[in-house]
Amino acid sequence: MSAPMVSAEGVHKRFGRQEVLKGITLEIMPGEVMCLLGPSGSGKSTFLRCINHLEKINAGRLSVDGELVGYRQVGDKLHELRESEVARKRAEIGMVFQHFNLFPHMTALENVTCAPIHVRGLAREHARERARELLGRVGLADKLDSYPAQLSGGQQQRVAIARSLAMEPKLMLFDEPTSALDPELVGEVLAAMQQLARDGMTMIVVTHEIGFAREVADTVVFMDGGVVVESGPPSEVLVNPRHERTRTFLSKVL
Amino acid sequence: MPSTEVTEEGGRPDDIVAVPVRRPGRWIAAAIVVVIAASLIRSVLTNPRFEWSVVGDYLFDHRILEGLVVTIELTVIAMAIGIVLGVVLAVMRLSANPLVAGASWLYIWFFRGTPVLVQLFFWYYIAALYPKLGLGIPFGPAFIHPNVNTLITAFRAAVLGLGLNEGAYMAEIVRAGMISVDEGQTDAAQSLGMSRLQTLRRIVLPQAMRVIIPPTGNETISMLKTTSLASVIAVTELLYSSEQIFAVNYKTIQLLIVASIWYIVCTSVLYVGQHYLERYYGRGASREVNARRGLRLGALASPRGGR
Repeated sequence: MSAPMVSAEGVHKRFGRQEVLKGITLEIMPGEVMCLLGPSGSGKSTFLRCINHLEKINAGRLSVDGELVGYRQVGDKLHELRESEVARKRAEIGMVFQHFNLFPHMTALENVTCAPIHVRGLAREHARERARELLGRVGLADKLDSYPAQLSGGQQQRVAIARSLAMEPKLMLFDEPTSALDPELVGEVLAAMQQLARDGMTMIVVTHEIGFAREVADTVVFMDGGVVVESGPPSEVLVNPRHERTRTFLSKVL
Repeated sequence: MPSTEVTEEGGRPDDIVAVPVRRPGRWIAAAIVVVIAASLIRSVLTNPRFEWSVVGDYLFDHRILEGLVVTIELTVIAMAIGIVLGVVLAVMRLSANPLVAGASWLYIWFFRGTPVLVQLFFWYYIAALYPKLGLGIPFGPAFIHPNVNTLITAFRAAVLGLGLNEGAYMAEIVRAGMISVDEGQTDAAQSLGMSRLQTLRRIVLPQAMRVIIPPTGNETISMLKTTSLASVIAVTELLYSSEQIFAVNYKTIQLLIVASIWYIVCTSVLYVGQHYLERYYGRGASREVNARRGLRLGALASPRGGR
């Protein structure tokens, strides 16, 4: 019995007066793939951003690999982590964004080597060697010297995946990775993610791709209005949803 | 490229050959411009009072050339101070600490709010306010006591005045550049574990450069000419050197032309430098394959490069 990779207990998040997360409680075990579904504005992306502390939670407990996100507990008091400590933890969590967010002034290879060199302190040659291998794995061995603007959306997103993997994360977060892509390019990105899942990566994926969730996810979580409506294996949540809200949502996206 | 095959199949139609629309207005406008330009040039060349031979005599006079060197030195040092200060002030301005952000705001407000000519005088006469400078622990003992009168020469006063003033303007330019970089870039950099400083240096500033460079080139060109203000505090830069000569020989116009020629030569050189800098920092911004090196002539033939 291993410990959960991510554990959330009553996580709340407010933006000004608006409460976006109203008590999220869930757990992801190592090696598990979890898909977060739900209408836009349901708080899926915000929850994902809380996991690597890009957003600060207002209440509840959120921990990754047994350690609190953003805080250290001493006795019954919480101490904010220093920026360098937060950065060190973030380096262990990969994140892939809806709009790729590749660094446009760097080539594909430089995008992938940047963090390993400057954050991990890897030797340049070693980092380049690994980057070549990773880009090869996502099918971009011939695009090493291309700038992001010269790549298609699907290629850019695969570079972004390689960039995250270069940090050898123990957890990968995907924030609607295919929503900004032309329909014909979605498949290549999903294939790269599926391969990653098969290799045993722990993944949390915010997505609208029900097909991907059905095939790859171990757990599907349906969120609406800042709460988890229901969760379970895809065979239950996607095939026989217990809640009316889940049913109406699925009938619209399928 | 599948599209070419499709058209080949149906037999490519001939290129359109059509009689162009006549535009007499253009021809008339061009003729007017040519006539005005020609008469201007003729009057400048034939008017004996310009005394072009005198201009020629002094163009490479050693006093003029020495003044030119001082002008260039002033420009380079003042811009260097301005750029470094501008980056620091811009980062301060975007700081989460209200005191730090406020200090930057105050600096910019003050130095943009007073004429640079006044600031030059101010630095020149600074010894009247602070005859002795103490370098040491604040409110504590000082270790070195340089004499301000000898420390602040006219040249150094000019460097201070121009540089500190420039810093205020550069701060706004750098800030605009930094704001122009998408927030997703910071998200991505931070999610990779980069510190705030690394994010700034490796991700935000290089991208901000594309927005920062054109107005900075503008500022440099402007600075080159603004250094002529230093003539009022007797810095022997280009204009002051010319003034010293025409104070003796009364060839005022001719020496002002000499100075103007050198100013325009220098700004032209800066144009070229700016072009190359813009191209360097624009890398990755266009879809052309060789945006980084080589001429963009290929772009004329195939606007999308070799995709």
